[in-house]
Amino acid sequence: MSFEYFFELFLGGLSRGSIYALIALGYTMVYGIIELINFAHGEIYMIGAFTALIIAGILTFLGLNHFAVFVISILAAVIWASAYGFTIEKIAYKPLRKAPRLSPLISAIGMSIFLQNYVLIAQTDKYLPFPSVIPEFEFWEPYSHIIGSVELVILVLTAVIMTALTFLIKFTKIGKAMRATAQDRTMAMLLGVSVNKIISFTFILGSFLAAVGGVLVASQMGQINFGIGFMAGIKAFTSAVLGGIGSIPGAVLGAIVLGLTESFATGYISSDYQDVFAFALLILILIFRPSGLLGRATTQKV
Amino acid sequence: MIKAEYLKKSVIAALWMVFLTFPIAVIKVNTIENTINWRWVNALFAGAAGFLFSYIWNYFQDKKNSPKNKSASSDRFVLLGNAAQTKSVKNAFYISVAVLAAVVPFAGPYQTTIFTTAMLYIILGLGLNIAVGMAGLLHLGYAAFYAVGAYTYALLHIHLGIGFWLALPIGGLVAAIFGIILGLPVLRLKGDYLAIVTLGFGEIVRIVLENWNEFSKGPSGISEIPGPWFFGMKLNSYQHIMYIYYVALILTILVIIFTNRLQSSRIGRALMAMREDEIASEAMGIDITKTKLTAFAFSAAIAGVAGVLFAAKTTFINPQSFTFMESAIILSIVVLGGMGSITGVIIAALVLILLPEYLRELGNYRMIIFGASMVLMMLFRPQGLISNVRKIYKI
Amino acid sequence: MKINRKAVFAFACIFMASAPAFAAETIKIGIGGAHSGDLASYGLPTVKAAELVVEERNAAGGILGKQIELIKEDDACKPEIATNTATKLITSGVQAVIGHICSGATKAAIGIYKGSNLVCISPSATAPDFTLSGDYPNFFRTISHDFLQADLQADFVLNNLKAQKIAIIHDKGEYGKGIATIVKEKIEKAGFKDKIVVFEGVTSGAVDYAAIVQKIKHEKADTIVWGGYHADASKIIKQIRQKKMQVNFIGPDGLKDETFIQVAGADAEGVYASGPSTPKNSLAEKAREQHIKKYGEEPGAFYYQAYSATLALLNAIQKAGSTDFAALTKALKSESVDTPIGKISFDKNGDATGISLSMYKVEKGKFVEQVK
Repeated sequence: MSFEYFFELFLGGLSRGSIYALIALGYTMVYGIIELINFAHGEIYMIGAFTALIIAGILTFLGLNHFAVFVISILAAVIWASAYGFTIEKIAYKPLRKAPRLSPLISAIGMSIFLQNYVLIAQTDKYLPFPSVIPEFEFWEPYSHIIGSVELVILVLTAVIMTALTFLIKFTKIGKAMRATAQDRTMAMLLGVSVNKIISFTFILGSFLAAVGGVLVASQMGQINFGIGFMAGIKAFTSAVLGGIGSIPGAVLGAIVLGLTESFATGYISSDYQDVFAFALLILILIFRPSGLLGRATTQKV
Repeated sequence: MIKAEYLKKSVIAALWMVFLTFPIAVIKVNTIENTINWRWVNALFAGAAGFLFSYIWNYFQDKKNSPKNKSASSDRFVLLGNAAQTKSVKNAFYISVAVLAAVVPFAGPYQTTIFTTAMLYIILGLGLNIAVGMAGLLHLGYAAFYAVGAYTYALLHIHLGIGFWLALPIGGLVAAIFGIILGLPVLRLKGDYLAIVTLGFGEIVRIVLENWNEFSKGPSGISEIPGPWFFGMKLNSYQHIMYIYYVALILTILVIIFTNRLQSSRIGRALMAMREDEIASEAMGIDITKTKLTAFAFSAAIAGVAGVLFAAKTTFINPQSFTFMESAIILSIVVLGGMGSITGVIIAALVLILLPEYLRELGNYRMIIFGASMVLMMLFRPQGLISNVRKIYKI
Repeated sequence: MKINRKAVFAFACIFMASAPAFAAETIKIGIGGAHSGDLASYGLPTVKAAELVVEERNAAGGILGKQIELIKEDDACKPEIATNTATKLITSGVQAVIGHICSGATKAAIGIYKGSNLVCISPSATAPDFTLSGDYPNFFRTISHDFLQADLQADFVLNNLKAQKIAIIHDKGEYGKGIATIVKEKIEKAGFKDKIVVFEGVTSGAVDYAAIVQKIKHEKADTIVWGGYHADASKIIKQIRQKKMQVNFIGPDGLKDETFIQVAGADAEGVYASGPSTPKNSLAEKAREQHIKKYGEEPGAFYYQAYSATLALLNAIQKAGSTDFAALTKALKSESVDTPIGKISFDKNGDATGISLSMYKVEKGKFVEQVK
């Protein structure tokens, strides 16, 4: 077992993990605040990527330069994905705040099916090529056989976003309000926190991250179709739970553990059972730490 | 006065919808041939849909919240729930179901087949209801047990030549064992942690079936699985469809009776007590470990039976039939029906399984309608179609 | 919510327009396959092909003095839905079926057709069992089965590419794993077992394939044989090119789709794919023109196979003088007919004779047929 191979697998797993992390961050924030497994989150990711593709297509058609296309299309992706996130919350989840716990889950599954087929009908059932929005950096060329520049950007971006989010939640006023809402919604309301606005904000923020993830991943893979959100959603969900759902560093840690497991399982054992190892590890970790790697163990009140 | 307010809200909603659907529904870019197709008419539709939806929504919302109706409407749900529990309404429901069941075979083999499928999902829904509805254990990998049942029959048939009727209890038993195997490690887990582990378990079972060619023939699946034995007669397609329909009907009735009895039994009440409060129920002398495992085992056993029936019905199985989406649909049946309500599960299974079949002509549009109706049903009846009202025991 | 209304309305219109105006007795032919969802692009060309053939034939007076009516049912490529589809087709009284498209769905459906003595001709289901097992006397197809394709691939890899280390990867699907396994067996049988360094399945639709690509690189494979469709393949090939690996990439007919080149772009250059030989006769040209005239684009996957299947079926009905099962199967096997894919007949198993396979290479954004 050569060290270089190990190192390559490690870096590959790390970059895969950071892709998962980008999506898992939005997932875990939404969960933290309203305790909802948002199955439609993967679809927001997909819609973000599609919006970017459409806008980029128009702009390229109009003859804008590469950089302008990149900036405007990613902006559009973020705006519209956030708008979708906001609307979905208003239509499908907000009316169900007082409903039994599983009702919003079913509403989310329904929403996910709806959005997939909406894009399928309005756009296409085929795969579409996605332009690579991130250029190959020249200075990175000597190392690109180990880890590509796209992966590098994803890695760095995930780290930056995680730090920013942690800062936002720990030190800003809105972060405090978010934490208060997550802890006890009624109490937060009594203390003057506008709970509805905070929840909307969380959805917008989560969708923002999903859209960024969508554009980056699509650009790395070079193709999208209406179904890409499903797998991304499942992996993000797994990462978020693995790390301790509701915890921001937990989601990133969970995602990276998941990415590394998959990478090493493929590299040293077999990709046939890659997902089996990933899920088996998940089960094992949850047996010993029932609330995830960084999740706070809740003491049950009697 | 109120109307003007509705109008204003609805116009905003309409404009928002136009904005929202703008890139995806209006613009279609063909990056290969470099053409852009502007479909402005779609914006109009989006706006109109947004307007109508918002108007109707506001109207109902207002009606529900107006002080005059407040008490009446909140009572109405309970009344509906109660009504479903009162003997006469319940009897009327079961009689109409019985009439429907009797009429279906005369409507041709296609109707019979899809009703058989619907009954399969009634059985699955009732099975999952034991874990999710009664015991409160959120389960996202239920299709795994369904797969275990189906593969048990298929493999027993290939290797040992065992027939349907013998495989039926064996399938249930093997699935129950899998239920306990899953149940043991997850005893401490709750809520969404339990959900992801069950999801993982479901995926593991499917992936193993996909990869282990020597054992399960991998993705090419197992074909030529025989239908149930019928006094040594060889049945043609049409007779097979009819016969399997009646077998499914009898099994459904048995499962309904079983779950109904379970609900009022000692075990059933222990499950429900555990759902409400684990610690309190433990203090009352309920063995949580045993009760949880019982819930998993019963629930899995029913899925196993359904799996055997499924294998006999389609005569061909492969791992593709037991994906996560399958588990999600079964869970939707339970929640849409109103957790814990048998009547609700029956209605929800009929709606969710028959709807896509009858919308078949709409092609791609059928799934969008399916998704939208799942959301709408939850919005208008958040507690499920039939809210379960507890039985009252009078001394 | 957003476009449902429009959808319902539009479909209602189409329905009213296309409802048969109480025609006299017709010959009903069913078309089963994926007509919606993500695999619709494999199923819809068959619908178009059958429609074009039938339109022309009906305009010329139909067959045996009757008009032909097509009944289309969607199976979304799922076995459990295909059983419903098949039953529905039987219930609506079809006398033969063109389809299904995916092997899994076909497997579930043909058992049901067999029980009702219905002939079924698939333009695309390649699993060897359907014909070679002898279990389905009612099944015919106008495409070569996977054994033949695997022969071609194994031969090409060993003799033309002179591969020393071969990695075989697949998508764990019915089709992909099926053909990958057969290719592996062929190579082993040829005595080159030790040349296969990797044989593994990848998760279809995964977010990233870096790990398996690294493994292939680590094993120093010089040739990758892919079993599966084009979507996953284009992601894998992109990652291979990013790692600047010098390997040959070779795939089955699921890869030989224009979409692959469109999506993978420059990365697709040099990729090999096997598939049915390009039709060159005048009938093929005519079929292509008909399609372009009506739909304004090049025909999609399995179009010529489906066109030929429909022609063969109509010809057999004509020759048999009825749609009786025994007469029809006999006519299919004994009569040969000119089709876009050549002059075909069916052998005793139900496989079309007179069709051939070729190897293609992507050169300058086009699949170029390789001369053996």
